[in-house]
Amino acid sequence: MPSTLFDKVWNRHVVVAETETNPATLYIDLHLIHEVTTPQAFTELKTRGLKVRRPDRTLATIDHSTPTLINADGTRPYHTKQAETQVETLLANTKEHGIETHGWDSDNRGIVHVMGPELGATQPGMTIVCGDSHTATHGAFGAIAFGIGTTQVGHVLANQCLLMPKPKTMAIHVNGELPTGVTPKDVILHIIAEIGMGGGTGYALEYRGNVFEEMSMQGRMTVCNMSIEAGARCGMIAPDQTTFDYIQGRKFAPKDFAASCADWLTLATDDGAVFDKEVHIKAENISPMVTYGTNPGMGISIDSLIPAAASEADQDALDYMQLKSGNKIAGTKVDKVFIGSCTNSRLEDLRAAANIMKGRTVAQGVTTIVVPGSVVTKLQAEDEGLDTIFLDAGAEWREAGCSMCLGMNGDIGAPGDLIVSTSNRNFMGRQGPGVRTVLASPETAAATAIAGVITDPRQVETAA
Amino acid sequence: MSFRSLKQVTSKTLVLSSTNIDTDQIMPAKFLSMTTKAGLGEHVFSNLRYNTDGSETDHVLNSPEGKASEILVAGHNFGCGSSREHAPWGLTDYGIRVVISSEIADIFRNNSLKNGLLPIIIEKRAHNWLLENPGADVSVDLETCEVHLPRNGGTYKFEIDAFSRHCLMEGVDEMGYLQGQSDAIAEFEANRG
Ligand code: SF4
Repeated sequence: MPSTLFDKVWNRHVVVAETETNPATLYIDLHLIHEVTTPQAFTELKTRGLKVRRPDRTLATIDHSTPTLINADGTRPYHTKQAETQVETLLANTKEHGIETHGWDSDNRGIVHVMGPELGATQPGMTIVCGDSHTATHGAFGAIAFGIGTTQVGHVLANQCLLMPKPKTMAIHVNGELPTGVTPKDVILHIIAEIGMGGGTGYALEYRGNVFEEMSMQGRMTVCNMSIEAGARCGMIAPDQTTFDYIQGRKFAPKDFAASCADWLTLATDDGAVFDKEVHIKAENISPMVTYGTNPGMGISIDSLIPAAASEADQDALDYMQLKSGNKIAGTKVDKVFIGSCTNSRLEDLRAAANIMKGRTVAQGVTTIVVPGSVVTKLQAEDEGLDTIFLDAGAEWREAGCSMCLGMNGDIGAPGDLIVSTSNRNFMGRQGPGVRTVLASPETAAATAIAGVITDPRQVETAA
Repeated sequence: MSFRSLKQVTSKTLVLSSTNIDTDQIMPAKFLSMTTKAGLGEHVFSNLRYNTDGSETDHVLNSPEGKASEILVAGHNFGCGSSREHAPWGLTDYGIRVVISSEIADIFRNNSLKNGLLPIIIEKRAHNWLLENPGADVSVDLETCEVHLPRNGGTYKFEIDAFSRHCLMEGVDEMGYLQGQSDAIAEFEANRG
């Protein structure tokens, strides 16, 4: 029977099949861990006298609570003592259990979803979990990758398995030619606006169509990253030559690479396979997108007007954002710009932003911070001179980490600030109490930083 | 991490009617740096409950009735957003044992079930009634999978998978269940080479 990419990968990992009364026991190939969602899980193992079953299938880094600045004396200005304790706790736990850890001394340290792919640890056909909802990022490689909670982190540490009911499948087809200036971030914001914030709930998504086939791995990661914002636990793209080229030569790339690629090619959804739901979107209809509300589903094309509130909740969101229906979203004054996060902090993203900022200056009073996703990314960007472009433009160039995406490390805005952010969530207060977040692509964020108001990047002449 | 078994809960409801209450609102990011679970109940919905100077607001969550409630009724699409388990930990530490809404986000639902918190998705009509009657005496029966509303409110069925229901009713958790499968897991590992 023809089957989907999701079904093929799922079936390869079933240890104990799902029954009417019990969920499936699913084997996990790769468990990514970080400081925030693990301390209570390690405590649980200790309380029960359990060991980590497969330290060799577990990879750790520190990202959420880490400072993105360094003091003059080389020390790190932690936001709170608690943040420091959390980082130290992770480092101590992984040392005790023999888990490979990319801490302060590793060039691969960085946002967990940037690190996995950069190390080549993320591979097609795998099951990958992490105590973080943006684990879906790794689905860009044709893996089933999803976020779990700390209790489940404990389950995977101890058993390398998870109990899971099987989700339904949804195909999201985007075919046609993307208009000039439309980026992967715009594609996913458009999809979420179209199917809605709960549109993917209960489904595993597969992104299909020529738009994704032609997209780079970094773009595919941006798309899969935000699957959760449509409510889906995971989103995947079939592995192809683009995928293989990305993995080849990286630290964890399989030794028998050709054989692995041949196997990975068989994972693609068969012709005639049936999805529980299918959505079709025309590439031609997508424009650069920004959000205007307080969830990622409230997105509009940057050149359109802010829509009328369809509900009380929508009106509350508009009030919080201090935006008015019927007004243009472009031209709205901003206070800060953040370029970073596991959605858009990879080299391509930084290049795209630099391309717009080159030879220009950030508008007066608009604090602009650029935070690379990992140390490797930072070094590569510096090799290309991107740091100089940002610094010359008056932006800040920070150390790798999650930074202002969530603000756990203290990188937050002031109450009332409007921040154009390349991250993935615009919930009330996410970037600090009272902060208003507008999600956008790196291109839009950079153009906005220069103009000081929300700006369509297509109106800016680029260096390239 | 095994929890108190949950068969029936009868309590006055605590109502938070906003839609799309995400986990950032339930447990703001600044509390994610905690390395233990105890005491999180004090921080649950902290942006609603505390003024910037740290003093308590007059929000219902700070009232004796709120604190005594074991059933939270929330607006549509409760628990969306970040997968932080600190959200259900905070709610259970506060004293909540059941959350009722017309839509509850996936990850939050799963996290709740793993921590002895029963998430109930109920039909619109009952949901509206509950939203409009804060403090109502509601009874939840996991044996029959029913929510009983007082007076003429009626009785409403809810769905829960058999496995989670079993775990909640018996107060057992998944860790023990998985440990029991270690032979099957070892065999799976051996077969894959
Ligand atoms: S960058 Fe943001 S969304 Fe990504 S892992 Fe870090 S906090 Fe989570």
